[in-house]
Amino acid sequence: MKIIACIKQVPDSEAKVKAENGQVTWGEAPLVINPFDEYAVEGALQQKEANGGTVTALCVGPESARDALKHALAMGADEAILVSDPALENIDSVGAARVLAAAIVKIGGADMVMFGRQTLDNGSGLTPPQTARVLGWPMLGWVGQIKVEGGSVTVDRVLEEGRQIVKANMPAVLSIVQSIGEPRYPSFMGIRKASKATIPVWSLADLGIGAPAAVVTREAIMNPPTRETVCEIITGETPEAIADALAEKIMAEKVL
Amino acid sequence: MKTWIYIDHFKGEVQPGSWEALGLGKTFGAVSAIVFGAGMDAVTKAAFEYGADEVIVADDAALADYRAEPYASTLSALASSLTPDLILLPTTARTRELSAMCAVDLNSGVLTDISALEADGDPSTSLRIVVTRPIYEGKVLEKTVCSAKPAFVTLRSRAFPKPAPEAGRTGTLTKAETKADAKSTVEGYSATEAAVNIGDAAVIVSGGRGVSNNPSLGLDEKATAQKGFELVGDLATVLGGAVGASRAAVDGGYITYAHQVGQTGKVVAPDLYIACGISGAIQHLVGMRNAKLIVAINKDAEAPIYTQARYGVVGDLFVIVPALTEAMRRKLGK
Repeated sequence: MKIIACIKQVPDSEAKVKAENGQVTWGEAPLVINPFDEYAVEGALQQKEANGGTVTALCVGPESARDALKHALAMGADEAILVSDPALENIDSVGAARVLAAAIVKIGGADMVMFGRQTLDNGSGLTPPQTARVLGWPMLGWVGQIKVEGGSVTVDRVLEEGRQIVKANMPAVLSIVQSIGEPRYPSFMGIRKASKATIPVWSLADLGIGAPAAVVTREAIMNPPTRETVCEIITGETPEAIADALAEKIMAEKVL
Repeated sequence: MKTWIYIDHFKGEVQPGSWEALGLGKTFGAVSAIVFGAGMDAVTKAAFEYGADEVIVADDAALADYRAEPYASTLSALASSLTPDLILLPTTARTRELSAMCAVDLNSGVLTDISALEADGDPSTSLRIVVTRPIYEGKVLEKTVCSAKPAFVTLRSRAFPKPAPEAGRTGTLTKAETKADAKSTVEGYSATEAAVNIGDAAVIVSGGRGVSNNPSLGLDEKATAQKGFELVGDLATVLGGAVGASRAAVDGGYITYAHQVGQTGKVVAPDLYIACGISGAIQHLVGMRNAKLIVAINKDAEAPIYTQARYGVVGDLFVIVPALTEAMRRKLGK
């Protein structure tokens, strides 16, 4: 079985991300593998262990994104490929999906492509279904459990309304959620292997496609309005008195 | 401007954000509601009552269980022939998929989870849909434009007012053709995890790491947390709200992921948010700071949660929360 795990590199979730002079900045915070994508790598490795095969980590991004791919290799991925091209700087999600789909076709022979359900930076969750659509493969989103039988895959989708069990023929595109299990830590051997690995870099020319034109473009960024609030600490002689005073305040705000 | 509203539902249960989208659409003029599914009479009737001037309905057994592919193919075919300028949707797992796929089919774009929308330019020649939406988990906002038609826009839950329905209101009913190109089959549903949708809740009471911190109970960590979330749940019930949680509580295994507010969880904007035993890491604050009224109950007077809260109590949630539940029960006459 051949599994491709698509990952992205983002600023660490602890980072104090801000809008500064029209740019998004995150100070000294490190760039890391998108935390949602670690679940995709974990899901891919679980399926490799269950069914045999290989896991390829695939990333579209700048040269620095090699580090995110190395993390996937250290977790246990067999190989990694970076798609990088100056023409990709301002692509939108449909563009990213077209590039990913071209890379998935070039890698060839994939049975399953796995994504995290969204990225920490844009957060739209559009790229996985768009990649499936470009490829013409079934989309199984928000997957928490995977079972492969013959040429088909049955998954548990973790939805707001409960769990839905869905079956599709492979190849298929999956987006993976937390219920798949905590992502494994890179092993010492894995880290050593990753540090020695060569990661091929493919340009758009290598993929045989032009730069997709973006129809969604960012015009401005801003910091969210800060809350002008001073916290009033409610005190009292007894917990009951405190609770009563607080309940009074809540009622007076007329939010209920 | 030709505006469509996609009415998202799960087995006929309409996602309330659909009506918020309908209300926003009406500010631009007449709107058509899009209804897909099987046995859609009640949903169609509700769409008229909430303000749709036309309902375009594909009511077909092939659409009984939502699957992204046939829904996207049906919507894309309709949009190519009837050429709407703007398609508004609530933000759900389904609508993200659906709009994403249609944008591929129609060479257009999707703007998700928006909190403000402006339409400028001439609708027939140079329409630009400009929205405000969160990036980096809400740490930064972006103004983003979609320059192709139709622009797909999904609305943040509770960011726009829900219109009042008008009983008996009707309009034009248009039947649409179904594209039944499903690529998967729904084998069933498992009810192992109860339905939780904190995104639509008007009141959220959340628990954090503090729910496991009460040595006087003499219980282990998990059992203490279970007791703590019971108290949080009692307060939520009295207030008619939902139970939320911080990442620490979810990572601790105290409660399921569906309850998680903030980073890698859900961004919420209820009318009332009560944080119990939550210190207020930045990832949590970005997920709840748009609540109208924030109340914090925490042992640590220096906790960052108080920078966002209007009212605070410094104390033990195991004592304060049940007392508050009783006090609210009396005030609300329950």
